[in-house]
Amino acid sequence: MTAARSGVDRAMLERLDERFSHAVVVTVGDDGYPMSVATSFRVAGDSIELEPFIPAPPAESDVSVVFSHIRPQPGSGYDERRYVQFWGPLRPGEGGARHVFVPARAQAWDEQDMPFFEFSERGVPQARRYMDDLSERTGRRVRPRLPAGWLFLRATRLPFLTATVIPVGLGIAIAGHDGAFSWWLAVLTLIGAMCVHLGLNVANDVFDTASGADAANLTPTQFSGGSRVVHYGLMRLSTLALLSAAFYAVAIGIGLFLAVDRGFWPLFWLGVAGVAISVFYTAPPLRLVHRGLGEICVALGFGPIMVLGAYYVQAQRFTWEALYASLPVAILIALILYVNEVPDRAGDAAAGKRTLPVRLSKDAVIAVYEWSSGIAFGLILVGGLSGLMVRPTLIAVATIPLAVQVVRGLRANYDNPYALMADMAVNIKLHLYTGLLLIAGYVVAIVAAHLIDRPPVFLR
Amino acid sequence: MGVLPQEVEQLLDVALVAELTVLDEHDRPVTHPLIPLYDGRRILMTSSVLFSKKLEHIKRNRSVAVSISDPIAVDVERFRRATIQGDATVVDDDLHSGWERTVLPLWRKKEPAIDFFLGKRVALPLFFERAVIEIAPRRVFLWEDGRTDAPPQVVELETVR
Repeated sequence: MTAARSGVDRAMLERLDERFSHAVVVTVGDDGYPMSVATSFRVAGDSIELEPFIPAPPAESDVSVVFSHIRPQPGSGYDERRYVQFWGPLRPGEGGARHVFVPARAQAWDEQDMPFFEFSERGVPQARRYMDDLSERTGRRVRPRLPAGWLFLRATRLPFLTATVIPVGLGIAIAGHDGAFSWWLAVLTLIGAMCVHLGLNVANDVFDTASGADAANLTPTQFSGGSRVVHYGLMRLSTLALLSAAFYAVAIGIGLFLAVDRGFWPLFWLGVAGVAISVFYTAPPLRLVHRGLGEICVALGFGPIMVLGAYYVQAQRFTWEALYASLPVAILIALILYVNEVPDRAGDAAAGKRTLPVRLSKDAVIAVYEWSSGIAFGLILVGGLSGLMVRPTLIAVATIPLAVQVVRGLRANYDNPYALMADMAVNIKLHLYTGLLLIAGYVVAIVAAHLIDRPPVFLR
Repeated sequence: MGVLPQEVEQLLDVALVAELTVLDEHDRPVTHPLIPLYDGRRILMTSSVLFSKKLEHIKRNRSVAVSISDPIAVDVERFRRATIQGDATVVDDDLHSGWERTVLPLWRKKEPAIDFFLGKRVALPLFFERAVIEIAPRRVFLWEDGRTDAPPQVVELETVR
């Protein structure tokens, strides 16, 4: 069933008996008021037999018949909402005892077939129209509102900043292990990187709104589908564009300061690469995410570029160790985007975004996830065992069960965006916890080196 | 004591769902399941702007009917069925918080979980931009024991202002 008006199919009628306890017959009286009367019913082929009810409309009337169901949940409200409304002629049955209703058109919604969030999302154009009409009639701009703090959080998608905290923290931790650490440089690096990330988030929404990707996506979740602040009318597109520009301006300012202070050309080129990737991620003419390059861009930006940049700011050099340690983090952050694109794939396809989940089959998408997460953990194992990274980082493989959980979730909920939300949350935790454990591994090695003259091999 | 027969008020006080029927631009009935609320004078309902077609219909034609028909959704000792015809008014001068002042306290009694969802307003901003539908009852049809094969009691009311 859908919320749209449509013709009547047999399957819809066949399910009425088991799904609804009674019917409500609706007519319009001579006085112009609607009149509703409940009665019992029985489906008979393509028609519905209705038990006699009083007051009954004249024979051969056009009526509407409504079926509605909820399940009360004492103390909280109700669930299992569903309804069907039919329109069609009502005729006297044989012998005149029953009425025979022949449905011609239908409108329906069943929250088990279409989750409430999708049902609501389909109403956004109607909501915008209503508020536009109201604005015109009242002469004041009627728009939805949120408190400024919540609107900022929503527009910037602030909680996703963990994607920046991890690589920057890892770069700083590796530098600390190599004997280079400055608090104020660490804080400045983190703020600069966060501003690039927030600029990217907001720019992404600007271009997704402009391209129609947000409007085409009817199943956004808290992890996918963008902030939708323009689509919902919470902010103007120009305000969002200004916000993005402001974040980039702050990021570029901090980046230039750090480059001048810590070593110009290496940080300059890293900064240029980071900003360029984040801007052209969704911006024309490159629109990298539209070409299926989103995962690689995100991996580069939130992996080697941020880890090496944070490391260089502290140590004023690059090392193979920092590059190597950035790789598992890069893969896991790319996998966040990758899984978040699964529920967006219909909207992305409609907007011409050829992301990997748009291009690949379900089996291929899951296989790529399995191989990629396997490689990420393989890198941690090889790095930790060989000494390419400090040994305590081996603790990061403790998050493997989370990756297994995501694979299971993808298999079970691939076509159910709202059920997949829990798996998307686990996938975000996979990146966060693995990254935190890698950082913790370096912190353990730093502490061990300070406390013990010759730390045992498993602590260095 | 309100303006409606006591039996109908009792139904309105506990019903978790009622069918609101409005008339579309072709004067055809369109029915919406909504939670009915009652303040002693008027039946109150609320609609998000996401589902605001009914509001447009009411603005064009105020004649509506509210029926309480589902025994599962009405936890009373003695079930009855009722239909109330009346004149509806859409109150949408403050979509953001007007409904919180007028209908939220009544809504909360029937659906306590609404406070949890209201706390998630940042996730559902448009759902909580809402108009209030005020229905002044004109005529009541009451079927004792819920049996509609027998004629209903019909009560004509003075228009409530």
